[in-house]
Amino acid sequence: MSQNVLEVRNLRKEFKGTAAVKDVSFDLPQGEILGLLGANGAGKTTTIHMLLGLITPTKGTIRLFGKDPERHRVEVLKRMNFASAYQFLPYNLRVHENLHVFAEIYNVKNPKQRIDEVLELFELTHLRKSSTGMLSAGEQTRLNLCKALLNEPELLLLDEPTASLDPDQADKVRKIILQCQRETGMTVLNTSHNMIDVHELCHRILFMQHGSIIAEGTAREILEKYSSNTLEEVFITIARSPALSLAESTEPNGAPATQERVQV
Amino acid sequence: MNFRVVKALILKYGYICSRNTFRALDIFFWPVMDLLVWGFVSVYMMKSTNALPALVTFLIAAAILWNVMFRAQQVVSVSFLDDVWSRNLLNIWAAPIRPIEYVGAAYIMGLAQAVIVLVLVGGLAIPFYSFNIFSLGVGFAFLFVNLLMMGWSMGLLVTGFILRWGPPAEALAWAVPFIVQPVSAVFYPISVLPPWLQPVAYAVPAAHVFEGMRQLIQHGQIAPVHIWCAVGLNLLYMFFSACMFKFCFEQARRRGFLAKYAA
Repeated sequence: MSQNVLEVRNLRKEFKGTAAVKDVSFDLPQGEILGLLGANGAGKTTTIHMLLGLITPTKGTIRLFGKDPERHRVEVLKRMNFASAYQFLPYNLRVHENLHVFAEIYNVKNPKQRIDEVLELFELTHLRKSSTGMLSAGEQTRLNLCKALLNEPELLLLDEPTASLDPDQADKVRKIILQCQRETGMTVLNTSHNMIDVHELCHRILFMQHGSIIAEGTAREILEKYSSNTLEEVFITIARSPALSLAESTEPNGAPATQERVQV
Repeated sequence: MNFRVVKALILKYGYICSRNTFRALDIFFWPVMDLLVWGFVSVYMMKSTNALPALVTFLIAAAILWNVMFRAQQVVSVSFLDDVWSRNLLNIWAAPIRPIEYVGAAYIMGLAQAVIVLVLVGGLAIPFYSFNIFSLGVGFAFLFVNLLMMGWSMGLLVTGFILRWGPPAEALAWAVPFIVQPVSAVFYPISVLPPWLQPVAYAVPAAHVFEGMRQLIQHGQIAPVHIWCAVGLNLLYMFFSACMFKFCFEQARRRGFLAKYAA
C-alpha cells in the first residue's frame, strides 16, 4: 500500500462564522492524481490554500509527508509546488528571469538546465527572453506550470490549471502532467471545472459542495453511482441538487448538519 | 536563513526596478529634486536674511538624510506591494520562504537604495552647494545607520498594515514618512515644536538623529543622549515592527486576506 503524501482530517475553515470548508477528511497516497471538483464556492480553493499554509484552518489537521506543515513549513513546501490559473508571475520580468528567481527559491540544482527543460516541455522555449506581461493568457498559464514543475515536486497542487487554455493546449498540458507523473511518481491534487481534465487526469475524484465532500471514487464509479454518462452531468446534478444543499446547511444551533458522504 | 532565497528575492526586485522607469525616478529624480529645492531655499535664506551659514548646511544635510530614511521605508513596503500588484503573492508565500528571508531581502534592498541615493545626492551637493556630507566622518555613519533602521521599521509596519487591512492601506507606503516628518525635527530643532508635541518628537528616533546631525555640523560631535536614544528607540521599534508584522501576517492567514488580496 502506498504511503500517504497528504492526510487531511476534519479540516474546517470559517470566515466570520460562515463555514467555507466543513470537516473535510481525505488521504492522498503517493503517486495518485486526485481531482477536487465542485461548483464555485464549494471550498476547493480554500482547501488548497490551507494545504499551502496560506490560510489557517479553524479546526482539523493536515499532515504533509507525515509532518505538520505549521511546524515544518519550509521543509514541506520545498517538496511541493503550486500553480493556479489565477496567479501570475511578475509581468515586467522576462520568462527566464521569473523562472530563475523561483529556481533559486526552490533551491533547484543546475537551474539553467532545468529552466530549459521545463520551457521545452511546455513549448515556451521561443519565448524565453520575452517579457512575461507580453504573453497570452494561455502562455502565462503554461509558464505557471513551468514554475510549478521547476523543483520536480513530490506533490503538485493545481488550481484549475487549464482554465485559460484552448482545447489543444489543455490536451497537451494534461499529457505533460500525466507524463511527469508517470516518470517521477509525483502526486497531484487538481481542482478543476473542466470535466475532461478530471476524466483524463485523475485516478480518484472528490466532489465538494458547500464546503463538504459529498462523493468520492473513480470517475467510472461516480458515473455508475449517479447513473450518468458524463462527469459534467454529475457535476450539474450535484450543483443543482436542493437536497444536498439542504443537507449542507447548518443546524439551528449553528452546528454543521450531519451529512452522508457517498463512498463509491 | 537560506541566503539563496534572499538572493533570489533581491534579484526579483532588481529585475523589477531595472524594467520600470518610474522606479528609476524614485531613485534618481525625486531625491535630486529634493536636494535642489532645499538647497536653493537655503541659499535664498542666506542671501535675503542674516541666517547663520550653518543653516544652509543643516537644510542640505537634512534633505540628503531624509531621503535615506524615505527610500529605506519605501523599498521595504513597495517590494511587498510589487507581489500584490503582479498577483504573485501566493506564488511567493506558497514557496519555501521564511518570513525572516523575505524581510531580510527587503532590508538589504532598502540599504542598497539608501546607499545609491546617498551617493547620488551627497555627491551632487559637493559641486552645487560646496557641502560634503561624507566629511562628517564616523558621526555621519551613525546618522545613516539609524535612519536606515527607522526606515526599515516603518516599512515593515506598513507592510503589516497592508497585509491586515488590504488595498486601502496601500497609501500608507507613501504617506507614513510624511506623517512622522513634523515630529522628526528634520529641518528644525525639537525646541521649535510646541511643548505638548516635544515628548512625541523625543520618542521618534529620527528626531534624535537630526538633532545629532545639527550638533555634528556645528560642533563636530553628537551628544551621547541622542546617540543612545536613537539606537535604543530604533531597536525597540524594530522589535515592535517585527512583532506587528508577524501578528498581521497570522491575522491575514487566519482571515484569508493573503489569498483574497492576491486574487
